[in-house]
Amino acid sequence: MAESLLKVNNIEVVYNHVILALRGVTLDVEEGKVVSLLGANGSGKTTTLKACSNLLHAERGAITKGSIEYQNNDISKSDAYNLVKDGVVQVLEGRHCFSHLTVEENILTGSFIRENPKEAKQDLERVYDHFERIRIRKKSLAGFTSGGEQQMIAMGRALMSRPKLILLDEPSMGLAPQLVEEIFAIVKNLNKEGVSFLIAEQNAMVALKYADEGYIIENGRVILKGKAKELLERPDVKEMYLGVGEEGKTSFRDIKYYHRRKPSFT
Amino acid sequence: MDWVYLIEVLVGGLMSGVMYSLVAIGFVLIYKSSGIFNFAQGTMLLFASLTFVKMTENGIDFWTALFIAAGIMVIFGIATERYVIRPLANQDLLALFMATVGLATFQEGFSQFIWDSDVHGLQMSKFLDIGLLDPAPIFVSDHIPWLDILIPKFDIFASLVAGSLIVILAFFFQKTRTGLSLRAVSDDHMAAMAVGIPLQTVWAIVWAVTGIIALIAGLLWAERVSVSFTLIEAVMKALPVILIGGLTSIPGAIVGGLVIGVGEKLGEIYLADVFGGQGIELWFAYFMALIFLVFRPQGMFGEKLIERV
Amino acid sequence: MIYRETGHFVTNYLKDREIFPLKFDKIIVILGLLFLYLYMPTTSEYMLSAHVIPILAVGLATVGLNILTGLTGQLSLGTAGFMCVGAFGTYNLMLRMPENLMSLPVALLLSGIFAGLVGVIFGLPAIRIKGFYLLVSTLAAQYFVWWFFNSYAWFLNYESSGVVAIAPHMYDYWGLGNLLGVDMQGYPARYLLALTICIGLTYFAKNLLRSNTGRNFMSVRDRDIAASVMGISVPRTKLLAFFVSCFYCGIAGGIYSFLYIGNVDLMIYEIDRSFTILFMLIIGGLGSISGSWLGAIFVYEFPILFTWVGDTIFQGAFNTAVVENVSNMVYGVFIIALLIREPGGFAALWATTKQKLRMWPYPH
Repeated sequence: MAESLLKVNNIEVVYNHVILALRGVTLDVEEGKVVSLLGANGSGKTTTLKACSNLLHAERGAITKGSIEYQNNDISKSDAYNLVKDGVVQVLEGRHCFSHLTVEENILTGSFIRENPKEAKQDLERVYDHFERIRIRKKSLAGFTSGGEQQMIAMGRALMSRPKLILLDEPSMGLAPQLVEEIFAIVKNLNKEGVSFLIAEQNAMVALKYADEGYIIENGRVILKGKAKELLERPDVKEMYLGVGEEGKTSFRDIKYYHRRKPSFT
Repeated sequence: MDWVYLIEVLVGGLMSGVMYSLVAIGFVLIYKSSGIFNFAQGTMLLFASLTFVKMTENGIDFWTALFIAAGIMVIFGIATERYVIRPLANQDLLALFMATVGLATFQEGFSQFIWDSDVHGLQMSKFLDIGLLDPAPIFVSDHIPWLDILIPKFDIFASLVAGSLIVILAFFFQKTRTGLSLRAVSDDHMAAMAVGIPLQTVWAIVWAVTGIIALIAGLLWAERVSVSFTLIEAVMKALPVILIGGLTSIPGAIVGGLVIGVGEKLGEIYLADVFGGQGIELWFAYFMALIFLVFRPQGMFGEKLIERV
Repeated sequence: MIYRETGHFVTNYLKDREIFPLKFDKIIVILGLLFLYLYMPTTSEYMLSAHVIPILAVGLATVGLNILTGLTGQLSLGTAGFMCVGAFGTYNLMLRMPENLMSLPVALLLSGIFAGLVGVIFGLPAIRIKGFYLLVSTLAAQYFVWWFFNSYAWFLNYESSGVVAIAPHMYDYWGLGNLLGVDMQGYPARYLLALTICIGLTYFAKNLLRSNTGRNFMSVRDRDIAASVMGISVPRTKLLAFFVSCFYCGIAGGIYSFLYIGNVDLMIYEIDRSFTILFMLIIGGLGSISGSWLGAIFVYEFPILFTWVGDTIFQGAFNTAVVENVSNMVYGVFIIALLIREPGGFAALWATTKQKLRMWPYPH
């Protein structure tokens, strides 16, 4: 079994002192793996990712229980800056490019974390090699690029800090199916170079196709985990998240059975 | 029309414009890096110059006092970041704006509480032996015979200071990594945090630099008017300037200042009679800014609004 | 628990649209109204003249600003200027119109409309200018209005001191006072008029919030491009917001001058007052009408309370300048602390508390 990179132990997250967003999420990202986090809107995917990257407090959220360990160090009291330095970087949902900076400047911002500016040149080439599409647009303002290009800029920017783990939030949002495939193919390539991924996705089909492991999260709880291939085969997952059921319609009463069962690993 | 007189008016306007620009630069710096509309700029001016003047009045020599005052402003800037801006990071811009108004209220009370609320004069020529600080003006006619106007040497000194500030800051923003981080932060706090730009450090730097700029601007203003409560109103003068120039542009702050300075002087001379009243300078600058903005809603050099639905 | 939000079932659409759908809320509102109308006028004259009436005036202006800034998202620093238009408008209407035509409520209403129109003129740039840049327009309004009334002495009836007292006959109300045998110039009568106007306009604002117009305002605030794509005329909506907001501010100005201080004085409509009212709005909470009132009460009372506490503790050991400076410091720190604790102001604080109470005794 590979070394565990990120370990989330039963965390509880509360927004604004009253709104309970996560009520016990446990997950594990092993080194060199791609892990998908699936769930519907508002189920807590983004919150989980932000908890891992320490961006929660900016939205008045706080971890009230549990712990997060990265390479066996507790990081729940650390800050985003130090985390990026240690190799955990998040790509935010909805891209969040710096719209008044050019594409190249956008990508360069990711490299400020490191001391040596010369390495940035090489890294920039590496980013352009992965994302050929944005090389030709490097001088234009990021605000004027398309959604797919912005996603690539955001990912390229994250790549500049030479991360070990990328937390990728909803990369498929608002993109054409072809582009989604392209982005995930890049994820796979990067993974081969040794970067681990934790991906929050709604598009379960694609996410599971490219992932090694999957977690399904609902109402702030992990309700299911397993190997991505196994999850793809499960009838209940098929029904709920992939939209392909067995013959005929199943009644909701029947397909929700796994909700009531306590997850076996907590 | 007496055109020599016109030139004199224009030069006078340019010179007072430089003074507006000096206040505006600090404004722009903070807005550019954090999107915060810093209303405390005026009280920073007051606090800095009051601190300096009180020290020199107590017999501390010029350079020591300048150094200490700059140190105090830096500490103050860092403290502001730590205790006001950081806890409010990512909040609504209006809340941040109001927080700086709160900061201004605090600082107004604070500076007058630890020092006093008297009017102080400042004459830098008493401390510094620079020719340009000599109160005697330059007679331009000595050099160009047909141009019979006066330019106070101090005005030239102020323009030089402002000019060098711009060059330094422009270099800082366009060429350094910190400068690029600043621009990134102003675009999107959350994303900047996500890529590991140390937001707090960036802001602390900006506030500290702004503090020093406030000291420089404060001293120059103090030399021209005096150190007193009225310095706070410099901020209201700087507002139309930065709005004309564009909130995010440092060259804009300068050009805006010059436009307002010249416009105000011309308005005072040629328009005041039309309106049959004194004191049109109260609103004239705002009307000029308004007309500018109707044609260019983001100011002359401001960043174009990029909007996608 | 006496107060509960459950057990409330609507059976028709009319009931579904009530402002206070809960029975308990209704009772509280009625009790509050009884308190305001029956008990308040019998309290001391000092209470009315120094606390309640000024709060009513500035609170109304805050509600007005809320419509513009909180609902429509157009930042304004011209509130005091628009109040000034209202005050001078009321005065000149009372002074120059035939007495049997004009009475204070009518004059207030007309000058409110006038202030609204002035607001629309200065709101015109809002069609093109957005965000902080719009400050320039409202500041132009503030300074221009102030300068205008200062320069043309006609508006002050050529009073050289710059302050003109309001003649007693202006509180005549078509001889209503004599008819009822009530001193209409006295504070209880003034208070009742101010209160009635404020309650009426607050009710209107509260309803505006829930109407189609109010929703248009909010959609322009949240994303004006998206709103225009939805078929909402953004320029019209913005101008309407300017009109309604300045209408409120104008009436508030009239109340301030006529029912509170009893004279028309240019000095009280300087830029500082615009800031004070913006403070009230932010501290109360953007977009919340009841928040505006809470903010107004708080911001108005805070310096008074602070000075009073200082006086009782130190018995005048410090001179007024020191007290004022310290008051400024405490006030500034307090505002920052409050914004850090809850950037949404009292309204958000209240919503959080309510949410916590619902969950009680569980933490969440």
